[in-house]
Amino acid sequence: MAKRLDLKAVDIFYGDFHAVQDVNLSVSPRSVTSFIGPSGCGKSTVLRTLNRMHEEIPGARVDGEVLLDGEDIYARNADAVAVRRTIGMVFQRPNPFPTMSIRDNVVAGLKLQGVRDKKKLDEVAEASLRGANLWKEVKDRLDKPGGGLSGGQQQRLCIARAIAVQPDVLLMDEPCSALDPISTLAIEDLIGDLKKEYTIVIVTHNMQQAARVSDQTAFFNLEATGKPGKLVEIDDTEKIFSNPREQATEDYISGRFG
Amino acid sequence: MTERTTAARPRDPQDEGSAAGSATLDTVTDTDPGRGGTGRGATPGRGERVFRGLTSGSGLLVVAAIAAIGLFLLVQAVPSLLANNANFLTSPVFDTRDAANLNFGIRDLLVVTLLSSLFALVLAMPIALGIALFLTQYAPKRVARPFAYVIDLLAAVPSIIYGLWGIAVLAPALLPLATWLSTNLGWFFLFAPGNLPVLTGTIFTGGVVLAVMILPIITAVTREVFSQAPRFHIEAAQALGATRWEVIRMAVLPYGRSGYIAGSMLGLGRALGETIAVLIVIRAATTPSGFSLFDGGYTFASLIASAASEFSQPLPTGAYIAAGLVLFVLTFVVNAIARVVAGGKVNG
Repeated sequence: MAKRLDLKAVDIFYGDFHAVQDVNLSVSPRSVTSFIGPSGCGKSTVLRTLNRMHEEIPGARVDGEVLLDGEDIYARNADAVAVRRTIGMVFQRPNPFPTMSIRDNVVAGLKLQGVRDKKKLDEVAEASLRGANLWKEVKDRLDKPGGGLSGGQQQRLCIARAIAVQPDVLLMDEPCSALDPISTLAIEDLIGDLKKEYTIVIVTHNMQQAARVSDQTAFFNLEATGKPGKLVEIDDTEKIFSNPREQATEDYISGRFG
Repeated sequence: MTERTTAARPRDPQDEGSAAGSATLDTVTDTDPGRGGTGRGATPGRGERVFRGLTSGSGLLVVAAIAAIGLFLLVQAVPSLLANNANFLTSPVFDTRDAANLNFGIRDLLVVTLLSSLFALVLAMPIALGIALFLTQYAPKRVARPFAYVIDLLAAVPSIIYGLWGIAVLAPALLPLATWLSTNLGWFFLFAPGNLPVLTGTIFTGGVVLAVMILPIITAVTREVFSQAPRFHIEAAQALGATRWEVIRMAVLPYGRSGYIAGSMLGLGRALGETIAVLIVIRAATTPSGFSLFDGGYTFASLIASAASEFSQPLPTGAYIAAGLVLFVLTFVVNAIARVVAGGKVNG
């Protein structure tokens, strides 16, 4: 359950391209940390190193340490697939498996872990859908395909799928950018509920969203195109939005950027 | 069948501006200012009308050509069918030597055609699936490209070469296996010793040759569909901790299944109509077919080709045209089945 994340001197490369330079930050259990910054600054890249998803791109590699409760997920004996089973991820675009039913979508991760007991799967499906505030809307059509839901419902289905395995950390990559304001609100409320149990890291382009949902905000920036992205500062969300230490942060959040 | 959807191209996750990226992708299809005034309702300009005429003309031409072929086959076949003394559907004999006494039936042609083609399909489908998965999911790009090129080259080899290779190289090589199968599994009708004294120029050998010949088309279609499996479904599976094979099972196969089947049906269509390789490899049978893979015989195509030099009198010729008509219908049926199976569900 909810674990602590520490990044120590993390550098990220795609082949020869140095994408992100020297990131140091910590995320406490049962809190929400948001990553903000301009396009191309590396915040999604950093998020994807937290569950080793970036490795799927040929040539990608990471230097430094990413510690999950003190254990390096990039240690020599750590397995990327095993890491991803304990760290959930929700993507920008809702991506339920179109041929699977709603129920099968939710328990897909559990099935990968070898759970076959139907009663247990049904229980988890219900608990996760309740946890994602979706149960009431779908309880009568659990056997229908997940693709038939609205965008906002699909995204909550994806959240249910991610929390069904009780992840140590939940990563969200701009989870609301494809959603309308009402669905966005539903997801933001949900994030508030989920942080009681999970460690959450969210990338967002929406600064109001970062201010609304997160306890801690990290601002990423890059000096110029082609240069690596950097973590400018990380602090309590309130502090970042009222009185940041760095001028660049203040310029960005007040819209005087670039 | 395989629709290329450029709008659904997987995004490069390196691209931090993916929000902006997806916004542009979404709007690409929406508005095209240049097209605003010339929709269907508005009066079309001259160029518009000419172009529309040309396109619908080419469309109609294809339909007309197919109808004309069907009609030709039917018109030429009917007199011979009326003069036929044997049952056209159930007789294993195809005797047209005496134009005044025609005895021809398609039973064995149908059996040999279907048996050899389906056997080829059974061999080629799993291999094509394996190759397509290897090329799209496992192989690094610099290996995948030349490898795919080699597979495509298989399609460029002339069928006469396949025929020669089949009878001269493959048939003797398969003899031990054929002997073993017919000795040990001979009780099963497919592996019965058949009506050939030597187990070389059989449907079995022909089927293997056909399998190699249809492998490229099935592989090409399947590879194309698999390579378009949506990136965001693959990522969904990966993020849940799916292994490579589990990703394939959850995100690639459900997406590509109908394309795979459609590609296989294309291959089957090719196998049904293959002529010269089959004519060379599969030896003539001496007795009616017993549904064994170790029988010989003619397929529709190979029989017609073998007799083509003697098409001088209309009635015997019509008998072969009748056989051709059945093959024509058969390929239509296969295509229809493929269409039903693929049924637009390519995108789930």
